[in-house]
Amino acid sequence: MAAPKSSTRGHPGRALVFITVVIAALYGIMFATGDTTPRLGIDLAGGTSVTLKAKPDAGGSKSAVNAENMNTAVQIIRDRVNAFGVSEAEVQTQGSEHIVINIPKGKGEAEAAKQVGQTAKLYFRPVLQTEYQPDTPPTTPATTPPASTPPASNPPQGQGAATTPPSASPPATTPAATGTGAAKATATATASAKATGTATAKPQSRVIPDLKQDTPSPTPPAANTPGAPATTPPPIDMTQPVTPPSSNGAGADLTKYGVTPELQAQFTALNCADPAQRGVGNQTDPTKPTVACSAKPQNGTYEKYILGPAAIDGTDLSSSNAQLPTGPGQIGGWEVALKFDGTGTDKFTKITGDLAEGQYPTNRFAVELDGVVVVAPTVSTELPGGQAVITGDFSQKEAKNLANVLKYGALPLSFEMSEVSKVSAALGSDQLRGGLIAGAIGLFLVALYSIMYYRGLGVVSLVSLAISGLLTYAIMCLLGRGIGFALNLPAVCGAIAAIGITADSFIVYFERIRDEVREGKSLQPAVARAWPRARRTILVSDFVSFLAAAVLYWVSVGKVKGFAFTLGLTTLLDVVVVFLFTKPLMVILARKKFFASGHPWSGLDPARLGAKRPLAYRATRRPRANVEPKEA
Amino acid sequence: MAGLSSLRTIGHRLYTGEVEYDFVGRKKKWYALSALILILAVGGLLGRGLSQGIEFKGGAVYTVNQGGISVAQAHEAIEEFRGEHEPIIQKVGKEQVRIQIASKDTGKFNEIRDALSAKLGVPADKVDAELVGPSWGKEISNKALQGLLIFMVLVTIYLAVAFEWRMAIAALVALVHDIVITIGVYALVGFEVTPGTVIGLLTILGYSLYDTVVVFDTVKETTRGITKQNKMTFSEAANRGLNQTLVRSINTSVVALLPVASLLFVGGGLLGAGMLKDIALSLFVGLAAGAFSSIFIATPLYADLKERTPEMRALAKRVEQHRAAQAKAAARGEAGDAAEASDAPADGDADDQDGDDGEPAGAGSAGSGGIRRQPARNRRAGRPSGKRKH
Repeated sequence: MAAPKSSTRGHPGRALVFITVVIAALYGIMFATGDTTPRLGIDLAGGTSVTLKAKPDAGGSKSAVNAENMNTAVQIIRDRVNAFGVSEAEVQTQGSEHIVINIPKGKGEAEAAKQVGQTAKLYFRPVLQTEYQPDTPPTTPATTPPASTPPASNPPQGQGAATTPPSASPPATTPAATGTGAAKATATATASAKATGTATAKPQSRVIPDLKQDTPSPTPPAANTPGAPATTPPPIDMTQPVTPPSSNGAGADLTKYGVTPELQAQFTALNCADPAQRGVGNQTDPTKPTVACSAKPQNGTYEKYILGPAAIDGTDLSSSNAQLPTGPGQIGGWEVALKFDGTGTDKFTKITGDLAEGQYPTNRFAVELDGVVVVAPTVSTELPGGQAVITGDFSQKEAKNLANVLKYGALPLSFEMSEVSKVSAALGSDQLRGGLIAGAIGLFLVALYSIMYYRGLGVVSLVSLAISGLLTYAIMCLLGRGIGFALNLPAVCGAIAAIGITADSFIVYFERIRDEVREGKSLQPAVARAWPRARRTILVSDFVSFLAAAVLYWVSVGKVKGFAFTLGLTTLLDVVVVFLFTKPLMVILARKKFFASGHPWSGLDPARLGAKRPLAYRATRRPRANVEPKEA
Repeated sequence: MAGLSSLRTIGHRLYTGEVEYDFVGRKKKWYALSALILILAVGGLLGRGLSQGIEFKGGAVYTVNQGGISVAQAHEAIEEFRGEHEPIIQKVGKEQVRIQIASKDTGKFNEIRDALSAKLGVPADKVDAELVGPSWGKEISNKALQGLLIFMVLVTIYLAVAFEWRMAIAALVALVHDIVITIGVYALVGFEVTPGTVIGLLTILGYSLYDTVVVFDTVKETTRGITKQNKMTFSEAANRGLNQTLVRSINTSVVALLPVASLLFVGGGLLGAGMLKDIALSLFVGLAAGAFSSIFIATPLYADLKERTPEMRALAKRVEQHRAAQAKAAARGEAGDAAEASDAPADGDADDQDGDDGEPAGAGSAGSGGIRRQPARNRRAGRPSGKRKH
């Protein structure tokens, strides 16, 4: 930390020239690169900031949270955020288990932020049992997609459903048989249509009879289907099997998947309409069956599921893309194409083979993301080759979102959201202005106090503060590009608090000089003798201050880092300024008559200081042994 | 002692010891005061506890930046999302409404914001939001604690190497003292504790020690070679150092507090709630406590620890004897008086020291105090008093 001694000893002018050159160079670079203002953090510029924390797996060990996995996750999240066209989003790890995502204000901010929140592990699980649940009353289908595009794959069903008054139709009450039939039909249709020979899947947008969760199967659905279906879009699947019957049929089978009575009870009790129960963000054990809700209500209705153990891990998915149907004669909505890697292909072939033999709903597989089911298409035939298409009446946006989720949902770690904050540009600029005003007032008060108490020396202190400020500003501007430093609110606070800490070093030096003057020394020797003592004190105390900032920077997460950074930076600069500016300046000023003669306004008036003898008089009295100044 | 001129030269007189306040000798008084404050602080902490911001409990805060929205309107708008706890709604300044709910559902974050903007008729752009998961606060606190411990260990090692272990211990005690007081003030006044507070608190670490280190540095100087003479006890020399640097201590504290105070003023007054205020508040309280402890706690404690060493006990004894001899000489005539004036700066603490050290020298010092009136008066008066030296 020590600045070169030689540069200040004997040639104070050199140090001043040196620091002037340094400042000029810094500002030269600043203007050359155009970085004339510091990069502002999200809380000052506006935008969304998200802090994620890696969680150990549900059944797994903490060791999965390692640097490699964290970096992979950062990469995936970055891709995901950038997929929304956000410019200059920042995704960084902080510490060993946090990822901070800063999304500046502007295009795609909200969507990207939402997607970041959906960071999770992705599993493909077979569906064992399902049941529909109405959403809470007021939220009827705000999300209902327009009815205009009946799914291309199966027009007959569309018509059928359109003409079918929702749940009153016979098929709905005779699920098992019709269900299978319909599913098979769909499957073949699609399979034949696709050039890739892939299969089909239906999103869960269906006309759904409202069934209360505990309604026993025989209940005529019509009884509890209040109005909503009238406005629902054309169903895309006739397999409208209300679950209860199938649960009867499949009940015996479920135990073989490891479904315990407890899980059954949990399923019965699960109310997906209650956000708290929906369990977004729940981590499930992939090796065991689980219950889950659909991520969003379809036509005002949630679907809840019992899912088998995960058949495929999200990481086995090599790509997913939103596309328009490519095969001949295909019309209609967007679809999502999936491609699996080697192991994924094998697993997918097997699971689709198994599923295809199942009856509804056990011929569906659910894509479970973050504890909720994103989509649960039906499978009608074994799908070898590792490719598949999920069709449905997706809009382009929905298809892209789904593809993104499938693609980037395959994170190696699961995360929980520690903190999200959304700051409007207006609030950000208010905060910045507040910080600047506070800084200005603080500086003014310090200036006032310094000049009142130290007179001429107060001016020296102010000029030194100004130099320190110039350096700090230039370095902040340049570090924006250099290390991605962004000035946030805590950093502004740190800079303001640093005014005092920086001024303290000058005070330490001035007091030492004044002590020497009190001893009866004339100014030049006083300045020279005060320096070694002041220097040691300044270094020791700045070191402690710097240590605090460094530890704070090291252990902290998020905004706190900004504060620690500015505090550490200003502490370092304080040393630089005292050594290369204040001290040499004092040496030069000590030769000036104004200071040397102890002008009343110099702050070094011997009479005022109560010096023992007139300045000119060289003290002959031996200084007290215990305050002998020493050259440290 | 009166008037402006004395104020102007106080720095000088403190420096020379002409005016000296007996911080070290009166340590019991300051210890007692500190103990009282600490008891209050701990009592407040245990009794009232800290009022934790949503950052520690988890929850969401939505800030609507538009004038003309009443609390009632905001209440209505948030009602459906309120969750199990009553939402906290405050008007901040003229143009802001701050709505705080306990919901930690990250999925709802944007939804609620959009709903608020729709219901209140405010552009979504003007609704700021912050959501904090339930474990965040705990994490920050853990990190803070971790930082605190690491810092304490490092700084103790550093001080022990650069100075000596007794100084390190005294500095640590002063540090803990500051932190406890700051936390206590938060508990008693009921300020909300947020990550900003924690930041401020951690900064105090550095600053409190900064001050203490500067004082110790001077004390180290004034006590150098102390065993080679027999006119001052260690405590007296330490007190001398403390007094010499007193003006600096006061000035640096004032100068450090001024910007923080303006931060507090702007953050709390003009901007309403926010991180500026949170950081500034804990800095302010902590800096004030730090200034107090570096003068009234750290140095007396260090002197205490030092006085327990055999060398210093021996020194105290020698000083005792020397003074007794001088007192006798003084009683004999004017010559003694002159000698005393020229060589004994701050004395008069001898009996205090002896009391603490349990050395059986009380009689001697009482005698000296009786004869040499000035130190005795100094002790009782509770204010600086002059000596006839110059």
